[in-house]
Amino acid sequence: MPEELREQVYVCDCGHHFRMHADAWIALLADAGTWQERWADVRPHDLLEWKVPKPYQETIEQAREEGLNEAVRVGMAEVDGRPLWLAVFDFRFVGGTLSIVAGERLARGLEQATASRTPYVLVAATGGARMQEGVLALMQMAKVNGALSRLHRAGLPYISILTDPTYGGTPASFALLGDVNIAEPGASIGFTGPRIIKQATYAVLPPGFQSAEYQLRCGQVDMVVPRTELRERLAHLLTLYGRSL
Amino acid sequence: MTTHAQRDTLSIWQVVELARHQDRPYSLDYIQRLAPDFVEMHGDRVSHDDPAVVAGLGTWRGRTVVFLGQQKGRNLAARVARNWGMMHPEGFRKAMRLGRQAAKFGFPIISLVDTPGAYPGESAEERGVASAIGAAILEWFEIPVPVVAVVIGEGSSGGALGIAVADRVLMLENSLYTVASPEAAASIVWRDNARKVEAAEQLQITSRDLLAMGVVEEVVHEPEGGAHMDYDATARALDAALWRNMEPLLTMPSDELLQHRYERFRYIDSLVAADPRFGPKVEPKL
Repeated sequence: MPEELREQVYVCDCGHHFRMHADAWIALLADAGTWQERWADVRPHDLLEWKVPKPYQETIEQAREEGLNEAVRVGMAEVDGRPLWLAVFDFRFVGGTLSIVAGERLARGLEQATASRTPYVLVAATGGARMQEGVLALMQMAKVNGALSRLHRAGLPYISILTDPTYGGTPASFALLGDVNIAEPGASIGFTGPRIIKQATYAVLPPGFQSAEYQLRCGQVDMVVPRTELRERLAHLLTLYGRSL
Repeated sequence: MTTHAQRDTLSIWQVVELARHQDRPYSLDYIQRLAPDFVEMHGDRVSHDDPAVVAGLGTWRGRTVVFLGQQKGRNLAARVARNWGMMHPEGFRKAMRLGRQAAKFGFPIISLVDTPGAYPGESAEERGVASAIGAAILEWFEIPVPVVAVVIGEGSSGGALGIAVADRVLMLENSLYTVASPEAAASIVWRDNARKVEAAEQLQITSRDLLAMGVVEEVVHEPEGGAHMDYDATARALDAALWRNMEPLLTMPSDELLQHRYERFRYIDSLVAADPRFGPKVEPKL
């Protein structure tokens, strides 16, 4: 990735938003030196002994060798001096799929945010639930939403940032339940991906289907915010909602 | 009763076929037997009624109960009308409308799961199916009345979970409960839904698998040959299992009920979390 693109937070002059991995997201949103990652030592393993087309154990080990630590990383940070819990998906780890470890980190973060009365900020980038963990991956949707219900009932702000792509079990559980849902320009967001919709219904999908702008028209997100303005917008929202704390 | 020998000889794909058998009893077949005075309610009060899910009230064991059930059709016209049991967002809103009613009047809820998944099409997307499922899953944690869910056929993906966040979850013996239908999983993992049998074999989706994983509390045995061989006998077995699981919930204070429901899902993967390879235990509660 060219240096000038990195400086522009991976936004091209043409306005295209390239996908950004978890470390870059943390660097963009968190005040310098404030990120404190938690539960990095909670690790996935191959409970179903998944073998084909590729052994799950191999998939996990390969991702780990590439320096990736699961599809969701959670920690405490400050944004403009305001403490919060931050959960960031990493699409590079098995397509940012919701797994037991991802669900566990998300739920622990929500519980800690509720206990310490701090806002919770999510950055989503996910292909859905992780098939290789079977029904227990599905159960994470309920596990996280249970914890989210408690955060809501405690009156704490939850801001969800939806990036490209956000599909499947994550938007069908917690990613669209923010007090504020913010989408990135051009991000694809939906429940079922276009390939499977075409397979199931033979539909010809309209241009821009499931884009951030489409989801704004469909009432699913509050705003579409360019990445270059995101940090400032987040800080402002934290000020507005933070007065309730 | 099915013999153990017979159960052991069924392949996973044979279980899938039994779960999807065209003569398998559907939600209304059970509801009419459990509560002959069942009254069906319609509509989400926003825009539509979703025929893929039935919702209503009836008398079961002397008390008013709210019934929810994903409904399939037995012939082509009925299948189309019921959309093969695949719910749209308004179906989840209808289910939650009845869930809130149950909370208002203190009625217990019986929810029957039978779906290949929420509808994977444009009409569901444009009306916000993802957030409808998410909102339902969250709201179930706030409905302070007993909820027992039963997977009676297919329990696939978020479409199933959207009406299955319950205090007890049961499965009929030849039903399946899975993160995605075998076809969808094959399409995701292989990009080829023809690999559905291999997908089904790896996903661990049978009632015995789920009982072993601790995801369901009880498996309801089916008559020899499957539930479709004897609707009345299956309904009687379901009735008994429902009562076994519902009765202890009826006297539980509502805050305790909600705490248990929270913990049921919060630690549903505790068998995995107990494995040292998973890493350190959950931190003590603050």
